Amino acid sequence: MIEIIAILALPLIGAAVLAFVGERPYAATVNVIASLCTFVASAALTVHVIVGGPFVTLGRQFLVDPFNVFLVALTAFVAFTTSVFSRPYMRIEEEHGKLTVARIRLYHSMYQLFTFTMLLALLTNNVGVLWVAMEAATLTTVLLVSLYRTPASLEAAWKYFILCGVGIALALFGTILLYFAAEKLLGAGGGALLWTELNDVRGDLEPRVLSIAFVFLLVGYGTKVGLVPLHNWLPDAHAEGPTPVSAVLSGLLLNVALYAVVRCKVLVDGALPGAFAKNLMIGFGLVSVVVAAFLLLRQRDIKRLFAYSSIEHMGIITFAFGLGGPVANFAGLLHMTVHSLTKSAIFFAAGHAAQKTGTQLMEHIRGLVTISPVVGWGLVLGTLAILGMPPFGVFASEFLILTTAMRELAWSTPFLLIALGVAFAAVFSKVQPMVFGETTAVRLPVRPAMMPVFVHLALVLMLGLWIPPFLAEWYRSAARLIG
Amino acid sequence: MSIGTQLINLFAAVLLLLAFAMLAQRRVVSLIDLFAGQGLVLALSTAVVAYTTSQPHLYQSVALTVILKVFLLPWILHRLARKLDVRWEFEGLVNTPTTMLIGIVLVVFAFNLALPISEIASTINRSTLGIAIASVMLSFLMMIVRRKAIPQVIGFLSMENGLFFAATSATYGMPMVVELGIALDVLVGMLILGVFFFQIREQFDSLDLKHLEQLRDEQLARRAPPGLEDLAKPDRELPPETTR
Repeated sequence: MIEIIAILALPLIGAAVLAFVGERPYAATVNVIASLCTFVASAALTVHVIVGGPFVTLGRQFLVDPFNVFLVALTAFVAFTTSVFSRPYMRIEEEHGKLTVARIRLYHSMYQLFTFTMLLALLTNNVGVLWVAMEAATLTTVLLVSLYRTPASLEAAWKYFILCGVGIALALFGTILLYFAAEKLLGAGGGALLWTELNDVRGDLEPRVLSIAFVFLLVGYGTKVGLVPLHNWLPDAHAEGPTPVSAVLSGLLLNVALYAVVRCKVLVDGALPGAFAKNLMIGFGLVSVVVAAFLLLRQRDIKRLFAYSSIEHMGIITFAFGLGGPVANFAGLLHMTVHSLTKSAIFFAAGHAAQKTGTQLMEHIRGLVTISPVVGWGLVLGTLAILGMPPFGVFASEFLILTTAMRELAWSTPFLLIALGVAFAAVFSKVQPMVFGETTAVRLPVRPAMMPVFVHLALVLMLGLWIPPFLAEWYRSAARLIG
Repeated sequence: MSIGTQLINLFAAVLLLLAFAMLAQRRVVSLIDLFAGQGLVLALSTAVVAYTTSQPHLYQSVALTVILKVFLLPWILHRLARKLDVRWEFEGLVNTPTTMLIGIVLVVFAFNLALPISEIASTINRSTLGIAIASVMLSFLMMIVRRKAIPQVIGFLSMENGLFFAATSATYGMPMVVELGIALDVLVGMLILGVFFFQIREQFDSLDLKHLEQLRDEQLARRAPPGLEDLAKPDRELPPETTR
């Protein structure tokens, strides 16, 4: 219980402190320390759950179960490493004259607030509060995306706000319908929106209402997941915002939005006899994978490229949860973890590559390895990992998803294989010349922090070779829960 | 039919009327007033529901609605409109009669969607659920057809009004903690947008969203100086801006 309070209070305190001192030279360090403390608290929670098992606390308002505990730890971890990365990165941006001190303060404060909303969305047991936290996450990131105040970043932020705002409004309607169905069984008041309570009575919820509710919830939260055709905001927001923001958007926000969808899916599966929710998710997932893979081919901007790659991977995960069953769900959860780690590592490397060459256009980024072997190799290894090369963890999860698809939904495998092949060709052919060859890159005024990249990639490598027993156990029981 | 139910139905009808009026209204200042009116009708209708069914917690929602949607948000919007000097009339993407016709189709669709839900609802005002969904859809339509930033935002806010109405029609309102959270999000969102308007204005000297359509996969706006992009895309026809 104390851990949950700490996990939620620390980023809030961090945001409040940074709102006042966010422009000072030591602000980036405060940001790192706040994120580190949050991570330590989440590690304590993890240990608590390993020892004592899942629990519901604080008047049943907060829930920790195998499905969200690893996501909490992952979110706090990526938020911490991103803050480490952002320390030199934002210094360089400031020295390049892209940011004023007032915006640095806004950035630091909003970064902590964003972490808070993500963790609240994960930990809350209340489906309504989940919605509120997701909406708050949109609001904080809108400000982060428009941080540079260039025409392009303003456009990206506006598009992001309107699309996700409308999406999230649809999710609210879905939540209202869910409450409407639950209120008949659980009575009016706060209890009827508690996920654990809903899960207990999910077999008796009115199926017709739940099916309408799920369509709204999937479309609503799916907008934030970046599912095609609701993905339009995603590449713009990733490309125009500062790189640490792209990293947390891809690594955390998409995961949390998908988490919300899956929580709702569990309830709908219980209420509806057929495979309604599953089919919807399989459809959305497959379309996202295929469309994103082909869109990868025509990208010229490095951050847009990897943003489309995020859409592709979110499609794969949605597809896996749609398939259901112990193996596909296990693979989906594993893929959530490794994608989040790998993609943020890639954005770290890509961000520094763009800083060194002064452009995000891939045709102008050349020979990274000669000027900075660390950034170059970080980008290559990250790319290989995200493309599903063994022995990285992405390979393991994609392999599991593909074999399950072959067994249970054979017609979908060619689509998946073609999409993965196209994605491989598109991404690798663009990354290879960026890393090797002649160079135009310059030395940066501040040494970049490349440690997070290699820590992330090492973790992904480890998950490809060996999954710690407690994590495997969580994945298994979460997979059972998702059904 | 009791007087309470009649009143609720009357307010619901007014709400639908207001949604159509907003769809047709071209003056920003009047649009804000219509939005405030929508909030007021919403509050009155919720108050009647609270009184006839003796649901004390609904009075809190009424208070919240009156403060937020009748006074605070319209006041912020009026201030913004005055400061940004956007009082002129303008033409949307689709002309008004066509928009109205699409709106009617949406209302029919909304009533069909609401039918299975209101059948099993036990609230006294369940018949108004169709109108609630209709006003959500009409606000949606308004966001799609409008090209200026402020009307789009008003569309967004009135969509939230519609959702609130849907919540009271189907279930006598959401739990208080959720309602407070929603209100907070709406308010903070409005404040952020206020800041945002000024940034857009500063960059483009206008709040017309046609400037915000430069980001494409192939061609990115920041590669070319501002004047050139419009020339680079002759296939895009922009509607004439009428400033009367």
